[in-house]
Amino acid sequence: MHSLTLPAMSRKRYLATLGKFLLFLAIVLTFSPLIGPTRIDLLKALAGTGAFADNVDANILFVARLPRELLAAVTGAALAVAGCVFQALLRNDLAAPITLGVASGAAFGAVLAIALGGTFSVFGFSAVTLGAFFGAVSAVSLVLGLSRARHGEMPTAFMLLAGVTVNFFFAALVMLVHYLSDFVQSYRIVRWLMGGLDITDYQTVLSICPAVFLGIGALMYFARDLNLISAGASTAMSRGVDVARVQKLSLIAASLITGAVVAVSGPIGFVGLVVPHIVRLMVGSDQRLLIPASMLFGAAFLVLCDTVARTVIAPTEIPVGVITSTLGGPFFLWLLTRQR
Amino acid sequence: MSSPLLEVRAAGFAYRQEPVLNDISLAIGEGEFIGVIGPNGSGKSTLLKVLGGYLPVQRGSALFKAEPIRRCPKKILARSIAWVPQEHSMAFPFHVLEIVMMGRHPYLSPLRFETEEDHRAAEKALALTGTSALAGRRFDAISGGEKQRVLMAGAIAQETAILLLDEPTAALDLKYQMEILSILKHLNEEEHKTLVVALHDLHLASRFCRRLILLDRGAIAKDGPPAEVLTPEVLEPVYGVRVRLQDDGEGGVHITPEAPCTL
Repeated sequence: MHSLTLPAMSRKRYLATLGKFLLFLAIVLTFSPLIGPTRIDLLKALAGTGAFADNVDANILFVARLPRELLAAVTGAALAVAGCVFQALLRNDLAAPITLGVASGAAFGAVLAIALGGTFSVFGFSAVTLGAFFGAVSAVSLVLGLSRARHGEMPTAFMLLAGVTVNFFFAALVMLVHYLSDFVQSYRIVRWLMGGLDITDYQTVLSICPAVFLGIGALMYFARDLNLISAGASTAMSRGVDVARVQKLSLIAASLITGAVVAVSGPIGFVGLVVPHIVRLMVGSDQRLLIPASMLFGAAFLVLCDTVARTVIAPTEIPVGVITSTLGGPFFLWLLTRQR
Repeated sequence: MSSPLLEVRAAGFAYRQEPVLNDISLAIGEGEFIGVIGPNGSGKSTLLKVLGGYLPVQRGSALFKAEPIRRCPKKILARSIAWVPQEHSMAFPFHVLEIVMMGRHPYLSPLRFETEEDHRAAEKALALTGTSALAGRRFDAISGGEKQRVLMAGAIAQETAILLLDEPTAALDLKYQMEILSILKHLNEEEHKTLVVALHDLHLASRFCRRLILLDRGAIAKDGPPAEVLTPEVLEPVYGVRVRLQDDGEGGVHITPEAPCTL
């Protein structure tokens, strides 16, 4: 009898692989906040003696670095998972929140909310968050509406071109809003557009967690369906996948998590493109493993990028989007040349 | 013959305006081995997709066990009908075993891993198609003939009563064509599966299928045993070429095109 060992999926392999990714993330999360222009003493920071306000080490660690690190982790996780899912749905490894116009749709929504001075909030979501979310969804709807998927087959090349076009369109609208806004708003918009993780607190991080983890949970539920969709629409249908329903729901979920993190972190480029690729090389193409592994690796990746951004020309901090894009741009080009 | 497994009645389908299928009626019973033949663009793939319920009919009806097929729960349907696509491009570097295991999808609930039973079904399908040795290879690294057999293994692992195959021998060398059809013959005769196969090669169709459906521009030109369908009188107007038929001595006929004919 022929023995089928690798690459069969089993609970054992699943947990062992994710365990390694979790360990990596834990190491990154532990050591990154200790690195920075100001040296901090972990023992002093954790010592419970004296008032918190007098403990400089604790202040830097818990007020300045930790919330920022957590925001980077959640943002990286969300963008990586969204990229993973867009790639499976479009059956193309160039699909990502950026190339589908989702990111700049979200940017436009958020910038509009800033410019209009929206200060209301619904269910704890700020106007900027809501703006980003609706921007993301409208960009996806626009691309989908234009491409008119027929009988489950998504016209991939068309969708990518339409996505890039929608991306430019919303970028132009962002510029227009920016141009028309006053000095204070303009400053807020610029800071936001650069992809900032620097001004944050635990409240902000917590506010996006429900949307992000609900979305990722939904996508993990569809993982096997997404495997089949990435193998072809007619094959997926013949194996009992409700293709149209899975496509719709997972697009909504992926847009939701993209919108939620872009709203607070700004449009951070290329994480959704680069991370799924690296992880696919490590764990294979099965979405059941790829989605959670990308989530963990994406979190670690953005925390590392942010650590570089904080320290590379310290004490000046570069926006993290600059780091991810300068790494991601060449990577994207390398992928393009390899595809031919 | 008992009541048909699959049936279409006066079915019509169009992707855009131009009708691809026109007023098609046919019934498929248990254990049949049917070849769907016809020139390029005559609607062979579309007919198979309509039979499997993957495309909706716009006129008439498509039935599975006398029920409208589009109203059957998809997972239940997937335990009865399997599909082998013609194209074999995978967007991502899946391994052969992963692809065959995808055939077990209709038996698994979400968030579940494959069980021993699923592994047994996959191993059996790999053995039956002679692809056991490929299990750990990457799908994009194997040959065209191997890919086709792996895709068939995926459909076999689905353990359905009916298999629909879209040109499983297209673009394959003679040896692989023979292999594929021998596997199909085995499935039909030993495993009692009902097969509907779109075929390009009329000689192969004549040798292996027991019933042929000849399509001409989306309509059925002739439906019957090979001996009735494969005659110059039937083929010449459909293919637009004069043909000569010659017995191959093994139950099939060679069809040689001679000269274009205008009719």
